[in-house]
Amino acid sequence: MNDDDLDHIFKALGDPTRRKIIDRLRERPGQSLFEICALFFAENGMALSRQAITQHIDMLQKAGLVRVEWSGRTRIHSLDPGPLREAVDLWLRHHL
Amino acid sequence: MRIYVTSVLVDDQSKALDFYTRVLGFKVKHDIPMGEHRWLTVVSPENPEGTELLLEPSEHPAAKPFKAALVEDGIPATSFQVDDIDSEYERLVSLGVSFTQKPMDAGPVRMVVLDDTCGNLIQLIQMKDN
Repeated sequence: MNDDDLDHIFKALGDPTRRKIIDRLRERPGQSLFEICALFFAENGMALSRQAITQHIDMLQKAGLVRVEWSGRTRIHSLDPGPLREAVDLWLRHHL
Repeated sequence: MRIYVTSVLVDDQSKALDFYTRVLGFKVKHDIPMGEHRWLTVVSPENPEGTELLLEPSEHPAAKPFKAALVEDGIPATSFQVDDIDSEYERLVSLGVSFTQKPMDAGPVRMVVLDDTCGNLIQLIQMKDN
């Protein structure tokens, strides 16, 4: 993991919507985009656009925090906490 | 003005007939030959005079990419209501139906999303104040 990877991770974490997506995927792994959007609406009473959620998921994927698998022909998203642990070991731990 | 029919675009009408009747439990209302295809509608046995569901051939060239894009993002083509979603989910799983979304609470509803084997995802919901 290099500085660019760390940048992607901390950028991905630097947004409340993306942190919430991480929280929800931890509680309930394996969600379609529709499911992520539905959970957001159910919890917050406000609908984020599908495009907005897609962009957030793209950033989480780029950081390696969200993995995509296929269930039939549906994209299913799950959390991969591996890069978070690496980021802790590589940098954050020095300051804890 | 009344809504008497609504449709899902199915890849194969015969396959759809089997899935929507034998698996989901709807009853055939009309099955009228129309050249290569059929005017094929089903109704809920709980409401046989209610709105019909037309199992419409998805032969238009625009239909396939449209359907594929919805399926990729997990978006249902339409939605049906049940009284007890958890028992319906168990029943359908035992019949081999695959789900992209297991039972989940979302505000006033509890929902699942299943694959109709004809190119669509279908949402089932239960109103939670039932």
